[in-house]
Amino acid sequence: MNVAMKKIIGLLCLTFFAASTFAQDAEEIIKRVDNNLSAKSRIVESEMTVHGRRSSRTISSKSYTVGNEKSFTEYLSPAREKGTKMLKLDKEMWLYSPSTDRTIMISGHMLRQSVMGSDLSYEDMMEDRKLTDIYSASLIGEETIEERVCYVVQLTAKVNDVAYETQKIWVDAGRFIPLKQELYAKSGQLLKQVTLSDVKQVSSRWYPMKMIYKDVLKDGKGTEWLITHIEFDKPIQDHIFSKASLKQ
Amino acid sequence: MFSFLWKGIIRDKSRSLLPVIVVAIGVFSVIFAYGLINGMMSNMIQTTANYQTGHLKVMTRAYNENRGQKPNDLALLGTDTLILQLKADFPDVEWTPRISFGGLLDVPDDYGDTKAQGPAVGTAYDFLAGNNKEAERIGLEKALVAGGMIQHPGEIIISDDFARAHNVSPGDEVTFFGSTMYGAMTFSNYRVAGVVRFGVSMLDRGAVILDIEDARLLLDMENAAGEIFGYLPENHYDTKEAEKIKTEFNSLYVNNTDEFSPLMLRLEDQDLMFQTIALMDKIMIIMGIILIIALSVVLWNTGVLGGIRRYNEFGVRLAMGEEKKHIYRTLLGESLLIGFIGSVLGTITGVALTLYLQKYGLDYSGIMDDVNMMIDPVIRSKMTPSVFYIGFIPGMISILIGSALAGIAVYKRNTAMLFKELD
Repeated sequence: MNVAMKKIIGLLCLTFFAASTFAQDAEEIIKRVDNNLSAKSRIVESEMTVHGRRSSRTISSKSYTVGNEKSFTEYLSPAREKGTKMLKLDKEMWLYSPSTDRTIMISGHMLRQSVMGSDLSYEDMMEDRKLTDIYSASLIGEETIEERVCYVVQLTAKVNDVAYETQKIWVDAGRFIPLKQELYAKSGQLLKQVTLSDVKQVSSRWYPMKMIYKDVLKDGKGTEWLITHIEFDKPIQDHIFSKASLKQ
Repeated sequence: MFSFLWKGIIRDKSRSLLPVIVVAIGVFSVIFAYGLINGMMSNMIQTTANYQTGHLKVMTRAYNENRGQKPNDLALLGTDTLILQLKADFPDVEWTPRISFGGLLDVPDDYGDTKAQGPAVGTAYDFLAGNNKEAERIGLEKALVAGGMIQHPGEIIISDDFARAHNVSPGDEVTFFGSTMYGAMTFSNYRVAGVVRFGVSMLDRGAVILDIEDARLLLDMENAAGEIFGYLPENHYDTKEAEKIKTEFNSLYVNNTDEFSPLMLRLEDQDLMFQTIALMDKIMIIMGIILIIALSVVLWNTGVLGGIRRYNEFGVRLAMGEEKKHIYRTLLGESLLIGFIGSVLGTITGVALTLYLQKYGLDYSGIMDDVNMMIDPVIRSKMTPSVFYIGFIPGMISILIGSALAGIAVYKRNTAMLFKELD
């Protein structure tokens, strides 16, 4: 084997090693993001401000979530929304309306509809799985956002049942929290942009307390989601995640 | 000369029968096609006006920019005042508000859980409030296949497709789930008053009908409407009158830059109707020209054959001293008489069929299931005064042209050779 051939082989090995190292780094980054964002259980009080063309509305709610399969939300205000409840069990979702005393199942394409006229869909609200479970990651660079150095990570779906085939996320290198997300369809069309800010330490994890969702296919200023209170890993009674609790 | 020509036509049917038949068929075809296309156009205009465009329509400028999506968040507010203003300024026009909306229609089981569910596309009409002809305009009573009209608040009419698919009958309760004009979730229970089938797939697919006040409660649209429809007197569309009203109304807001200020459109300004109507007019003209050309060619050929058959007759007449131009004029005279007879026959049969189709129509709903066009599936012709000349005149012109061309052969006869030909 001559010298030139040895150099080429050496270069190929180095490239392969570097690529696999970066891939491992990207996976490690996403794993640390999951450690911050995912929990065995969450109790969240939040306010969602929807900006319409004529006016803005703020809807407050309280949610209980266990893992990525059970979630219960009750809307607390304004008056029209008060008492409306949402229950998600695995891949199914139900809505309860006190004015009609009806429990309605939402499925199929309805899950892609907007929640309360916001830039979030029911699918967006239902998605609680860890990023490492549904995406494979690759590190594509570094950028600075709001004076924070961020890893830029490309996520590609490795399962079929995802709302967004690819994502690009800017992960705060110090706190391992996404500060910006771009969500793409299978065609490559950019569908939504999310800006995350007001990152606070809650228990042993970092969590963004403010998120702004923008549906790029719609006109408007987007939807702000503000978390006013959050608790992790508290025990939640199982009876909450039942259809009977919707009517209580 | 008329008497001579007439006798010639009657006694020698071989020179007249075929041209009469050809002209009659041609004239009949034009009248039938004209009446049918006119009927289809009127049908399409009227159906479109009744369901989609009105003769005139008022909406906000912002709504108009996105009107295909019927965006209720951009709807007209303060419609009570606006309608009063419209009635005062244009008292001959019937003004009525409508709201379009979409969502889910959910059918409960005995425990109140979802038994069946399907998408719903709704329109709210002003049925209960006052004296207007909305129900009659959309043919609601005729379209009912079960139950009855909306008589009280809290009642809904659903499409036959939905009722059959989900086993829903009049008297059952259903829940509508959608969004208000401000984007909030909204739910409301209704009692099914009736089940309807319009026979237009675009309307029948998941259609629901509400009274407008129920829709306003459901969608948080108090004193609001997506669109205000205007209908001219006798429900007859007059493009000039519509243009006049539209110009006058829009001049009140010409300096208003607010995206929510009202804007009025005519029927032709919406949904490519102007292009469609213009296209159909051009098609009629092209059809007429093609018919004249085609008939002329056929009758020219007939004339040439006649000329060959009457070769000896023309030779004798020339030998007897008749001038060529006189023979030519008699040929043209004959053709006018033949054309007249053929055109009269064609007009009578064409008008008869047009009247029949105007009354009974042709039902082609069976092949329209997947078609998304706002058109009544029963084609009817339309009788207008123009049917009496739309075929008659081309019929006369075509036989005149055909005979004129064929008759040129007379001028090519060489009188010096006549006696030799008689040998």
